Amino acid sequence: MTDLTQQTTYFTEDHEWVTVHGDLATVGITRFAAESLGDVVFVELPEVGKAFKAGDEMAAVESVKAASDVYAPITGEIAEANEALVDAPETVNEAPEAGGWFVKIKLADADELSKLMDKATYDAFCANEA
Amino acid sequence: MAEADNDNLKRTALYELHTALGAKLVPFAGYDMPVQYEDGVKAEHLWTRAHAGLFDVAHMGPASFRFKPGCGPDGVDERFAELARRAETVIPSAIATLKPGRVRYTVLLTDEGTIADDMFVGRPAHGPRQGDLYVVVNAGVKEADFARLSAVMGEDVELERYDHGATLMALQGPEAEAVLEGILPGVAAMKFMDFSPFPWGESQGVIVSRSGYTGEDGYEILVWNDHASAFAAELLKDARVKPIGLGARDSLRLEAGLCLYGHDLDEMRDPVEAGLSWVIQKSRRERADFPGAERILAALENGPAELRVGIRPLERAPAREGTEIFAGGEQVGIVTSGGFGPSVDGPIAMGYVRADLAAPGTPVELMVRGKARPAEIAPLPFVEHNYKR
Repeated sequence: MTDLTQQTTYFTEDHEWVTVHGDLATVGITRFAAESLGDVVFVELPEVGKAFKAGDEMAAVESVKAASDVYAPITGEIAEANEALVDAPETVNEAPEAGGWFVKIKLADADELSKLMDKATYDAFCANEA
Repeated sequence: MAEADNDNLKRTALYELHTALGAKLVPFAGYDMPVQYEDGVKAEHLWTRAHAGLFDVAHMGPASFRFKPGCGPDGVDERFAELARRAETVIPSAIATLKPGRVRYTVLLTDEGTIADDMFVGRPAHGPRQGDLYVVVNAGVKEADFARLSAVMGEDVELERYDHGATLMALQGPEAEAVLEGILPGVAAMKFMDFSPFPWGESQGVIVSRSGYTGEDGYEILVWNDHASAFAAELLKDARVKPIGLGARDSLRLEAGLCLYGHDLDEMRDPVEAGLSWVIQKSRRERADFPGAERILAALENGPAELRVGIRPLERAPAREGTEIFAGGEQVGIVTSGGFGPSVDGPIAMGYVRADLAAPGTPVELMVRGKARPAEIAPLPFVEHNYKR
């Protein structure tokens, strides 16, 4: 289980979260994003082994209302995809920052993490957007 | 998440009620409208199918056309017949044969015979109002619709718009009848598409039609603005009623196979390809006296090039509006409404395909995010209508 109380969690302006353990980064969408989307009914995950640059469209999440792209927050290769979401997309609403993770990415460049936001900065960013 | 210009948005008379109920408001057709409340789209959708949902549809355009004082023929029947005759010059349905206290779904045509809007026409039930022609048009095009209708109605007819002083709301779902009968005794006896005024408290009365746009039984109720919040609050006091936003209104009407103007219908489509030729009664086909009659009658005779159909994606990915439909390696159509149907518990869509591919069961492919996904043409509606005929 991903523990977001650790210092190693980062956030993007597109409302993805990234938690780093060694050279593996677990990625999902934030609670703020999940609540904005509403009931998630479908998640499209990338294939394991596929490489993305930071900012690439990597996955998609669809609610009753609309489809949204999920971007790769960092450059790297997909090491694992959360296949449980295929049959239980509602997990994204129930536990967006835990069981609702999307993928694990093998980090290509750990320096990229410094461009992302920490929790306090992200919370302030959301407060501004809401 | 929608970015839009929030300036100059109009508010309905129920705005404060929506805010108090925790609605998420979004700009829609120039109004600040509730897209969902705290329960969310899926729960609101399912609640409406099982109980009763209250919808604010005050952004729509209910109105009456009537002869100005001193104008028009004597007698309500003659007055209505003359207004109907004029309206029929831009509407292909038989309006003159509407009985007092009945409404009918129809379309407003462009000069070319394509669809300028889909709308309701009605004849009031009682008294001198029987000489009026009642209409309800869509929010997004109401100014253009009223202009087009007013032009054919002529100088001796006036338009009374209710969207300025009254609030249209809809109560939909299998428990709507029991709920509304408790507040407006007599509504239970109404049949689908009946239309009648009812007294309510200190108000000038409300106007009720047994209609809606969810596929469920239910009512649309026009209440003067100064009593609108009180009327809505009275409905919401009943535990069987929950407020429902535009998000669920959209998924409910899509499951019911009902068209959304500007998406499934527009000025590029005629009533035949839209699967709405049933709004053109036999008498009107014989008279062939509506705009684009030649084109429309030819399409009826020979079959249209494309047809509106239901589409069932066979995988879980929804196909949204604009998704290209392929068969045999070429594009054969386009999705005009698509999403997830909570009652169907799966993705559903509507769109247009080449007429030879319109039979239910025909396999097609949907291009979603650059990938072809299997789907098949499906019969409409996706969920059986539950009207009280």
